Amino acid sequence: MERLEVSKLNHHFGFTEILRDINFNLEKGQVLSVVGPSGGGKTTLLHLCADLLDVEEGSVKNSFVTSSFAFQEGRLLPWKNVIDNISLGLIAKGIKRKIATQMSQDIALKFGLEEDDFDKFPKDLSGGMKQRVSFARALVVKPSLLFLDEPFSALDIGLKQELQSILIDMIDKKEITILFITHDIMEAIRLSDKILLLEADPGHIVKEFDYILPQKERDDKFVYEETAKILQDETVINTFELNITL
Amino acid sequence: MKFILKILKDFPAYLWSGWGAIASIFLFIACWDVGNQIYGDLVLPAPLETFKTLALMLQDDSVWEQIDITLYRAFMGFAISLVFGSILGLLAGFFATASMMSRPIVTILVGMPPIAWIVLAMIWFGMGDETVIFTVVVASFPIIFVGALQGTRTLEDNLKEMGESFNLPWHMKFMDIYFPHIFSYVFPAWVSGLGMSWKIVVMAELLATSDGIGASLAVARSQLDTPTALALVVIMIGSLMFIEYIILEPIKREVELWRD
Ligand SMILES: Nc1ncnc2c1ncn2[C@@H]1O[C@H](COP(=O)(O)OP(=O)(O)O)[C@@H](O)[C@H]1O
Ligand SMILES: [Mg+2]
Repeated sequence: MERLEVSKLNHHFGFTEILRDINFNLEKGQVLSVVGPSGGGKTTLLHLCADLLDVEEGSVKNSFVTSSFAFQEGRLLPWKNVIDNISLGLIAKGIKRKIATQMSQDIALKFGLEEDDFDKFPKDLSGGMKQRVSFARALVVKPSLLFLDEPFSALDIGLKQELQSILIDMIDKKEITILFITHDIMEAIRLSDKILLLEADPGHIVKEFDYILPQKERDDKFVYEETAKILQDETVINTFELNITL
Repeated sequence: MKFILKILKDFPAYLWSGWGAIASIFLFIACWDVGNQIYGDLVLPAPLETFKTLALMLQDDSVWEQIDITLYRAFMGFAISLVFGSILGLLAGFFATASMMSRPIVTILVGMPPIAWIVLAMIWFGMGDETVIFTVVVASFPIIFVGALQGTRTLEDNLKEMGESFNLPWHMKFMDIYFPHIFSYVFPAWVSGLGMSWKIVVMAELLATSDGIGASLAVARSQLDTPTALALVVIMIGSLMFIEYIILEPIKREVELWRD
């Protein structure tokens, strides 16, 4: 069985403690979200899980066969156009260029990019378009485990929901496992089986929330209600330094 | 291959965009003519006379011989700089210590006036090809070296990580991540290095040899043959402009399309 096991994970950058005692398991087919304020070490945690940073203390065991990563800042190759950026992972897997291009064009259209955009270089794309390209590049390789680092942060609401419903379809068919990072609680509630709440300085997990209802059946009402519930939680209010009175 | 075709396809549009440049050249020639009317034929021959002399000279085989000699020296020097400057610059870029250590050497190479190198080279190599080629190398090497060094020093970890996350094989890492970035630094350095080589070669020849365009220029000076001197200058400038605007600039445009 494919799974990701994180235990007793600590991390430092220089003398600054970034993460302390992180423990969780991610099973195949699950969606696990890590929610927390920015600067809390979420990106660092994801990089450690994806083996982009060396683990110093504790352990990360990843037995997923394939994985891919959608980066917070896109990280597109500035000298490649939209389609060549998306097809990068496919070509690396040894898929023929013609097929890879076709697959990339299909997914680009599905992600709300237009044919006119295909030949554009990243410098001519908006922030939202770059995120879509980066997200498409990660998804087109059909990874068994997907690492998402705030992939929707630069998108407007309509597009955000469209992409989320694409993910929800895949989750529903048990095609994918996701480790998802966000600072948007509603987004996490819509997509996750489990949410870990990460508090900053140093990053540590203060609370877990589980959601049983299948993602397909979650409507706006469900999301709002659960969000309201979470926002009443003392720990959440402190973590995000919220000043709301409900 | 596709790339070369694209360059050729965009070439007419590029030429069309050059009207402004041509207009400014004509304006320059007009000023030159005014200068001729003020200062007289001895100091500044008229453009027309210069071009007539030029046309005559270009029919003369011995002039072409001189041009060939100069071309050979410039390209030998440039080629040596290109190969060693690029390779050593890339290597130095990969090692922090090497790039730190190379800085003072580059400063010396850049800061020392070429004329001083010519004198030294004349002492070391005597009068001839070696002196000229040496001076060309010394002048164009640091430009190319620094370009290559900066290309490797500025490689971004972010993109490297991205390449790793998609398990790019090494040849893709090189061709898709490292090479385009480095090339965008190295190529402009090659262009400046070439321009430098062409300028320095004539200067070195003028002082250190008895053949080549530079030496012809020295002869024209001693005979107060201003039209010939100017015609030689036109050859030098014309060939530089040809290489730069007709050959290199269109390539540079295609190569740097992705840049802001
Ligand atoms: N490579 C690095 N070197 C040093 N400090 C870093 C590095 N990357 C991140 N940090 C620091 O670690 C902390 C957590 O960053 P990050 O993981 O990006 O947080 P988040 O993704 O939750 O916003 C921040 O204070 C950041 O400045
Ligand atoms: Mg982050």
